[in-house]
Amino acid sequence: MYIIIALVALVFIVLTGVVISRLQGVLKSINKTDSDEVETSGNKVNGAMFIVILIGGAVSITWSYLHAREFFLPEASSIHGRRTDDLFWFSMGILTIPFILVNFLVFYFAWKYQHKKGHRATFYPENHKLELVWTIIPAIVMALLVFTGWKAWSDITAEAPRDAEVIEITGKQFNWIARYGGVDNNKLGDYNYKLIDAQNEVGIDLSDENSFDDFTNPSEMHIPVGRPVLLKIRARDVLHSVFIPHMRVKMDAVPGMPTKFWFVPDKTTADMRAETGNPKFDYEIACTEVCGQGHFSMKMRLIVDDEATYKKWVSEQATFLSTYPEYLAKVPENLKAKAMKYVPAEAATPAADSSATSAGGAGASSSLR
Amino acid sequence: MSAIEGLETAHHHADEHDHHHEAQSFWQKYIFCEDHKVIAKQYLITGILWAVIGITMSVIFRIQLGLPDSNLSWLKPVLGGWISDAGKLDPNFYLALVTMHGTIMVFFVLTAGLSGTFSNFLIPLQIGARDMASGFMNMLSYWFFFLASVIMFASLFLQQGPAAGGWVIYPPLSALPQAHPGSGMGMTLWLASMAFFIVSQLLGGINYITTVINLRTRGMSFDRLPLTIWSFLITAVLGLISFPVLLSSVLLLIFDRHFGTSFYLSDIYINGEALPNVGGSPILFQHLFWFLGHPEVYIVLLPALGITSEVIATNSRKPIFGYRAMIASMLGIAFLAFIVWAHHMFVTGMNPFLGSVFMFLTLIIAVPSAVKGFNYITTLWKGNIVFTPGMLFSIGLVSLFVSGGLTGIILGNSALDIQLHDTYFVVAHFHLVMGAASAFGLFAGVYHWFPKMFGRMMNTTLGQIHFWMTFIGIYLVFIPMHYVGIAGFPRRYYQFTSYDFTHKFMDMNMFISIAAIFTFLAQFIFLWNFFYSIFKGRKSPQNPWRSNTLEWTAPIIPGHGNWEGEIPAVYRWSYDYSKPGAKEDFIPQNIPYSQTPESNFPHENELIAIEKVIESQNFNDQFKTHH
Repeated sequence: MYIIIALVALVFIVLTGVVISRLQGVLKSINKTDSDEVETSGNKVNGAMFIVILIGGAVSITWSYLHAREFFLPEASSIHGRRTDDLFWFSMGILTIPFILVNFLVFYFAWKYQHKKGHRATFYPENHKLELVWTIIPAIVMALLVFTGWKAWSDITAEAPRDAEVIEITGKQFNWIARYGGVDNNKLGDYNYKLIDAQNEVGIDLSDENSFDDFTNPSEMHIPVGRPVLLKIRARDVLHSVFIPHMRVKMDAVPGMPTKFWFVPDKTTADMRAETGNPKFDYEIACTEVCGQGHFSMKMRLIVDDEATYKKWVSEQATFLSTYPEYLAKVPENLKAKAMKYVPAEAATPAADSSATSAGGAGASSSLR
Repeated sequence: MSAIEGLETAHHHADEHDHHHEAQSFWQKYIFCEDHKVIAKQYLITGILWAVIGITMSVIFRIQLGLPDSNLSWLKPVLGGWISDAGKLDPNFYLALVTMHGTIMVFFVLTAGLSGTFSNFLIPLQIGARDMASGFMNMLSYWFFFLASVIMFASLFLQQGPAAGGWVIYPPLSALPQAHPGSGMGMTLWLASMAFFIVSQLLGGINYITTVINLRTRGMSFDRLPLTIWSFLITAVLGLISFPVLLSSVLLLIFDRHFGTSFYLSDIYINGEALPNVGGSPILFQHLFWFLGHPEVYIVLLPALGITSEVIATNSRKPIFGYRAMIASMLGIAFLAFIVWAHHMFVTGMNPFLGSVFMFLTLIIAVPSAVKGFNYITTLWKGNIVFTPGMLFSIGLVSLFVSGGLTGIILGNSALDIQLHDTYFVVAHFHLVMGAASAFGLFAGVYHWFPKMFGRMMNTTLGQIHFWMTFIGIYLVFIPMHYVGIAGFPRRYYQFTSYDFTHKFMDMNMFISIAAIFTFLAQFIFLWNFFYSIFKGRKSPQNPWRSNTLEWTAPIIPGHGNWEGEIPAVYRWSYDYSKPGAKEDFIPQNIPYSQTPESNFPHENELIAIEKVIESQNFNDQFKTHH
């Protein structure tokens, strides 16, 4: 690496030297009278430079690509990810052809047809056949790319399968919060942004019985391997964007407009640790929509478990109500009995008592806010 | 104008005209000037100053990204509190730098500096007009831009820093002062500045369009217009349609910020408080913004392509290949530019079906763009190429335009955009295709028309050295950036230490930063050459590039009114270079076919008959018409 820097520095120094030496000649010639002929100073050198750049560019791009390749992301860990990756490299492969062709022709023609004294350019203002050819060929190639891209896009954005594991992820300045449908019914409860407070970070609405067994996690998300995972994406304050680079997943989190993305992860964290040879490998969730000072560090760990481990992990999680039993006060009277199941016994009694004595729980809830 | 009103003969006119000129005070002549050439120079100089500021910002954040361990204490005299005691750049200020770099480069340098300079300078000179349709509006246009510049510049010195939500200023971040320090006064000034900037663009744009349509000289039919003028005309139409939409989005954002409306805000809980706003949509802003934002890309690029067409034809000593196809492809690009905006929004949660439609429309743009690329190449083919600095930058533009444009086909594909959206792949793509390519168009234009602007030549050798260093530097910066993007590095990150997946490419980022500094330093060659040549450059001959367009028939330093005496009439297109049989390898537009029987094609001989008709017309000399 340092060699490259030294090389660049060297090039710069040499060029500076050239500039200074040329400058002196230039200053002398400034007051020269102008001739009628076209000025062609340095034409040979510049023509040759195009060939140098052509060869140098080809070599450096090839070399740098081969060098950079080992640092690209490992093979995608999701089914759609491998499809888009294949499509990406397929498209890049096709596009390399015009990239090389055009740059070759531009540089080569510049060198080949540089000014020669007494020579005259060819008057060649149009050729409809030629123009038709290079209108139609790109159009056909585009049609091919559009079609493959459209197929992939419509499959990826199709409705999630019914058996998908639904997990909610909420972005806030500056972390992600995962919410799970729960240890029992696996259904996400309602939410309302007006119910958000210091403990209830995602605004779980406890008047919905589905929310009683919901649990949240502000640092880790676990997902099962081998079956569809549907992320329901929300934002609390400003725009964020869920980005799981290894899964090739990205979707904005928009306040006031829930979004979603589903995918099938098919490599567990353990698989990836083996595959990459890195025992510390972890999937990560990042934010890719600028959201303020901490934008660059909005990290959440993502753990892909096999089905059994995932089930076990879910069953071990403490529900929101068991962590904060005082929120029992927000549960409507008729559902209290149901909710009690998710509240630890010793905490439940006083909480239930206090809400029962206060007028309908309204007083208690306002004091909690 | 009263001094020249009612004058009939050309001779008298010129005399009186000079007299009129001397009577102008310094203020009238250089400050509140209505002469399009002075306004063009005002735009150019302002644009250059902004470019210095904008590019310097990019170097600062490139140091932060590529050399994260460096001690920036030496910047303390300039940046003050934004550099911590440990010599680290403040993360909030990093975002402000990124935001202001984008805003300045896109709007103030490549829109005002490029289009403002060359549309103003070249439209009257190349179509044969005395001045713009409304000199006063033109002057206003510059001074609104100046006001916008002053406000934006002032925002750099705020205690809380300038706007910092990215140049796209997506709400709610930009709407909520409590979300980020940059969303306070900095954003207020940003919005105010942009409102004035849009006013300036509209005043300018209306003028360009009116002038091209109404003030063409005798014989200058639309199919004889140089491609530069076509590109400026189309650009102005694009701006006129799209900038008002940005103004409306900016106004709604101002309402949301200051008057409690909820156009873009809904369901927000921030800083321990649930905001009352419901029903708004942040996506609405993105639709409105990109309805300008995407045409803006072409507002920046089309003038550069127009300039390139002219410079390549002149210096290849060949007619531009496929003149009509070039116009058609520009019209096609301009039309498509309005119906592709949502390709910036594939992963915002927009309806996926809409995504498919926009993907389809986006990829169609590749076709007219490809036509343009191939036409440039064929123009070079069998030419007699003179490597003036302007020509080098034009050739460089073709290379950058194609290299950067190709990755646009990847990003326009919604399925592939899922992974690449908001990564460095996007940054690399648009910097090549619209940033560097347009900047190259700007350089090509400055080198090519400097003699007409200042009556002096810029130094050729320095120009050539400037080109090579810039061209190589640009590729050294942006080719590696694609790799960083493919590796998934998100943009607008203060540093890459928080994640394992960005814990690599340290040397690649360092390389990019060093290449950026190298390219930055190369620009000082240009600055020196530019300012030195204004005062000390070699005196320009009448037609230094032996070009066909009308501006080279005007005096070397044209006065107010551009031509002494009659405005020349036009008899042919502007691309009669190296015509078989002709004495010289160029025939200017004002030479009638009757004078060149040796090189006329049969259908051109027929046109000799109507030359008398053209000569007898005299519609458009503004200085001859009675008020």
